[in-house]
Amino acid sequence: MPTIVFIEPGGGRRAINAPLGLTLMEVARQHGVQGVVAQCGGACACSTCHVYINPSWIAKLGPREEMEEGMLENAWEPRDNSRLSCQIQITADLDGLEVTVPQRQRDE
Amino acid sequence: MISTILIIGGGQAGAQAIDTLRREGFGGRLVLIGDEPELPYQRPPLSKKYLAGEMAAERLLFRHQSFYDEHRVELKLGQRAVRLDAAARQVELADGETMTYDRLLLCLGATSRRLTCPGASLAGVHYLRGLADVAPIQRGFKPQARVVVIGGGYIGLETAATCRKMGCEVTVLEMADRVMNRVVAPCVSQYFAQEHRANGVSVICDMRVVRIEGEARAERVVCADGSSHAADLVIVGVGAVAMTELAGEAGLACDDGIVVDEYCRTSDAAIYAAGDCTNHPSLRFGRRVRLESVDNAFEQAKTAALNLQGRQVAHDRVPWFWSDQYDNKLLIVGLAQGHDRQVVRGDPASRSFSVCYLKGKELLAVEAVNHSKDYMAARKLIAERALLNPEKLEQSDVALKEAI
Repeated sequence: MPTIVFIEPGGGRRAINAPLGLTLMEVARQHGVQGVVAQCGGACACSTCHVYINPSWIAKLGPREEMEEGMLENAWEPRDNSRLSCQIQITADLDGLEVTVPQRQRDE
Repeated sequence: MISTILIIGGGQAGAQAIDTLRREGFGGRLVLIGDEPELPYQRPPLSKKYLAGEMAAERLLFRHQSFYDEHRVELKLGQRAVRLDAAARQVELADGETMTYDRLLLCLGATSRRLTCPGASLAGVHYLRGLADVAPIQRGFKPQARVVVIGGGYIGLETAATCRKMGCEVTVLEMADRVMNRVVAPCVSQYFAQEHRANGVSVICDMRVVRIEGEARAERVVCADGSSHAADLVIVGVGAVAMTELAGEAGLACDDGIVVDEYCRTSDAAIYAAGDCTNHPSLRFGRRVRLESVDNAFEQAKTAALNLQGRQVAHDRVPWFWSDQYDNKLLIVGLAQGHDRQVVRGDPASRSFSVCYLKGKELLAVEAVNHSKDYMAARKLIAERALLNPEKLEQSDVALKEAI
């Protein structure tokens, strides 16, 4: 089972065993990772599961789709390495992936 | 001193309240009473991926059992609260147990509005609200099974799309002149009706159901115009009503929902309420609303959880909603009531467009079909009470956030 490292807004580092087939968001939520709100539960409708991917891993994840792109454009402090964690499936080659949870999920 | 908080209702609001209470430092006794046997779970996938069998039940859960253990949450699941004595600050459960609270949070939700026509209680007539409703519907999924969906709202249309995906022959009967007529503009209704038809669903509007006929179980749905629609499975989605019985019987003020103020307080100082069951003030729109919305349940519960611990935080959010049908995503933000102008941005034929509702220059609401940019921009603009430039707005190549 791949291990994913989440860096929480408070600076806490959580290494979590992630079952294949779940999304990054589901893994974070089930373990109560701080700051991954995931209000819509993975429908790509809220942008509150926004995370920053460690840049060295970005290429492994494939491109953002248009829906996700539009969501992220108006998320809180989007960066080039921003992703919605609900759109990332856990696969074996993500073992060791490091993601940082933003300080906030929204600025409205 | 607040040593015991009881939460009744284990849906989105109840689950969120637990989370916020513990994260914000409530260290006392925390009890969740829920009438469903499952750990708190998400409802939206029930008409979509979960109904289609594409998602394991475990993935519906907000949190695993270990989370509740770790955060010392006493779970009383599969137990219904039958009586509330506000004066004695006590709740009685169906099994006779009585629990005493210092503060009570009601997250009672809503329930499916029932059909009342003859034949409505025949076997084979289904509603879709909880996890337990899904398996009986799925048992009817056989290739070419004839499904009649009564009601062309969110639930009816999402369910119709899923049934179609499962190989059923699907007919949707809608009483109004267009689908989702209470929640979207005519061009959005038209777009979705067309999507359903293109996927092989028969969508019939202006069609009032008068009875359901059958021997032992539902066999056909009969309408006011005399038409009869053969059915192996009938699924009813005709709206929801707030669960107010427990609160009403206890003497709390109720009026299409449990009446709360912006701090989520009911008419009893020790009792708060959050989610679909509440009638609450929308500070942004200046009137009382009752919303059936994941976002509202989440945010209101969060606010209630803070206020239960003595904070004074107002629930002040712009509501939003979404629906998935086939590969289409409908995103709605704001409340359109009171608008004096509609602007359609983009061409529905391109499968990506939005409808903006204005009152003067003020943006009240946006319905976005496969258009997340306009939706996300609108969330901010509506919250800020931004004034827009209607001429710029009509130019769909100008980004919504630039149309000021």
